[in-house]
Amino acid sequence: MSHAAEVIRVRDLVTHYGDTEILHGVNFSVRAGEVMVIMGGSGSGKSTLLRHLLGLEEPTGGTIEILGQDITQLSASAMYALRKRIGVSFQGGALFNSMTVAENAEFPLREHTDLDSQTIRIMSRIKLELVNLGGKDHLYPAELSGGMIKRAALARAVAMDPRLLFFDEPSAGLDPVVAAELDELILRLRDALQITIVLVTHELESAFGIADRITVLDAGHILISDTVDAVRNSDSERVQSLLHRRAGSGVLDGAAYLQRLTR
Amino acid sequence: MLSRAQNLLARTGRGTAASVAELGYQSSLFAQSIVWICAGAWRRQPVRLHQVVNQMTVTGLQAVPIVAVLAFVIGLMLAMQGIHTLRAFGAESQVVVGIAFAITREFAPLITGILVAGRSGSALAAQVGSMRISQEIDALRVLGVHPVRYLVAPPLLAMLVMLPCLAILADVLGLLGGGLLCKLELQMSLRSYFERVREVLEMGDVLQGVLKSLLFAVIVTLVGVSNGFAVRGGAEGVGRATTRAVVQSISYIIVADMLFTFFLNR
Ligand SMILES: Nc1ncnc2c1ncn2[C@@H]1O[C@H](COP(=O)(O)OP(=O)(O)O)[C@@H](O)[C@H]1O
Ligand SMILES: [Mg+2]
Repeated sequence: MSHAAEVIRVRDLVTHYGDTEILHGVNFSVRAGEVMVIMGGSGSGKSTLLRHLLGLEEPTGGTIEILGQDITQLSASAMYALRKRIGVSFQGGALFNSMTVAENAEFPLREHTDLDSQTIRIMSRIKLELVNLGGKDHLYPAELSGGMIKRAALARAVAMDPRLLFFDEPSAGLDPVVAAELDELILRLRDALQITIVLVTHELESAFGIADRITVLDAGHILISDTVDAVRNSDSERVQSLLHRRAGSGVLDGAAYLQRLTR
Repeated sequence: MLSRAQNLLARTGRGTAASVAELGYQSSLFAQSIVWICAGAWRRQPVRLHQVVNQMTVTGLQAVPIVAVLAFVIGLMLAMQGIHTLRAFGAESQVVVGIAFAITREFAPLITGILVAGRSGSALAAQVGSMRISQEIDALRVLGVHPVRYLVAPPLLAMLVMLPCLAILADVLGLLGGGLLCKLELQMSLRSYFERVREVLEMGDVLQGVLKSLLFAVIVTLVGVSNGFAVRGGAEGVGRATTRAVVQSISYIIVADMLFTFFLNR
């Protein structure tokens, strides 16, 4: 695939929380139309990477190009325009609790378009049908099950027909059957709406099921960013141990360990 | 010993720096809200009228009964104290002057500000705080909706409209309370009481109270939302932020009131 078809390009991304460096120079890219899964153990920096891709945090170094624009340099109004072309579904759904499912799904259209109410209602109902929430639109988030919350969040995320969809931990907190249904739904959405999807997860099964390519993150470094088969057959020991859920970091760094204890 | 003193000094320094930073943050929220209120429509992100009207109902209209009752009671109380004090000099009838000034310049705006801080400042902190921990604020940002435009500007505008109205309502009810007591204690008719009030009060006195209430509107809103935005760590954090918002805004209100009175009456 050519360079032009890359919708995300991250170069040498370094990020900090306070004085702690979290991501240590991350490089990867996402191509148009693919499902890219970002995988890694808990605390490896997946959510941090995602928050930077969304422009919610300021990196200490590096560039992040989204749909051809470097968001680390972007003006507020250009970022505002860019955000209308991006959909996000957060780990906990992050639905607006004071609004019904329907109002949540209509929210982006009400804020960003001049369409009349009736049109907005119909367009958001189409999206709710797409995620199998037809007829549930009068409920409040507190009245929904975990799976329904994720689907409602998905409906809101695709309300503006985005080019790019981010998804944090779709299967976290769901039972396996519901999680598998959600994975299927994500693929169906990709085909129906022609979106590029970036999905963060720590669930191996889900990752291999829906990914076109996988990026493996480990303690703030990218171990590998390649096709599913290449990742599965990687001869990196660290990748294999992550894939087979073998324990921890191998050798213990004695000095660092002592320093942590006595700090 | 020395190190303990140094420790104390360092902690005081850090505390002061944090307070200054917080005040700076609150000022910047205020400036941003004003920009959104004035230029939001031009940026194609207007502050929504229905949100403002909602807030006006909740913070303004629904506070009318309690503000009215408390202002009335304070009027009664001021009259009792005044008559009792002035009786020693045989000057009871001069109590009207004291009531008129005290209500319009001090008590009406102050009681309104404190009540609204307790009712609405806390509610704002809780609302923004719980939106923060459920990532709703992040959701707003990625949806291209600026949180200040959506969460701060509407309540600020609503309070700037409603607090002066409530303060004037408190003026009327407070004066009425004082008048009723004068009628009972001094056999003064309500008509001559209000005529005397009209004689001594100038527009400037009422205006002073209204200006104060505008200042309190800004304090209550910004202290409420800034504590909400600062919430860390779950539902417990929301509870703490709510309490802190109320205590902090009432303290700010009282100090601001004092400074305001000091500079306007030199
Ligand atoms: N808001 C924050 N403040 C400070 N440290 C954080 C914050 N969020 C995450 N971290 C730290 O950053 C590291 C990566 O976290 P995160 O990106 O959430 O990992 P993952 O999503 O892969 O589980 C962890 O060590 C975590 O403790
Ligand atoms: Mg995470």
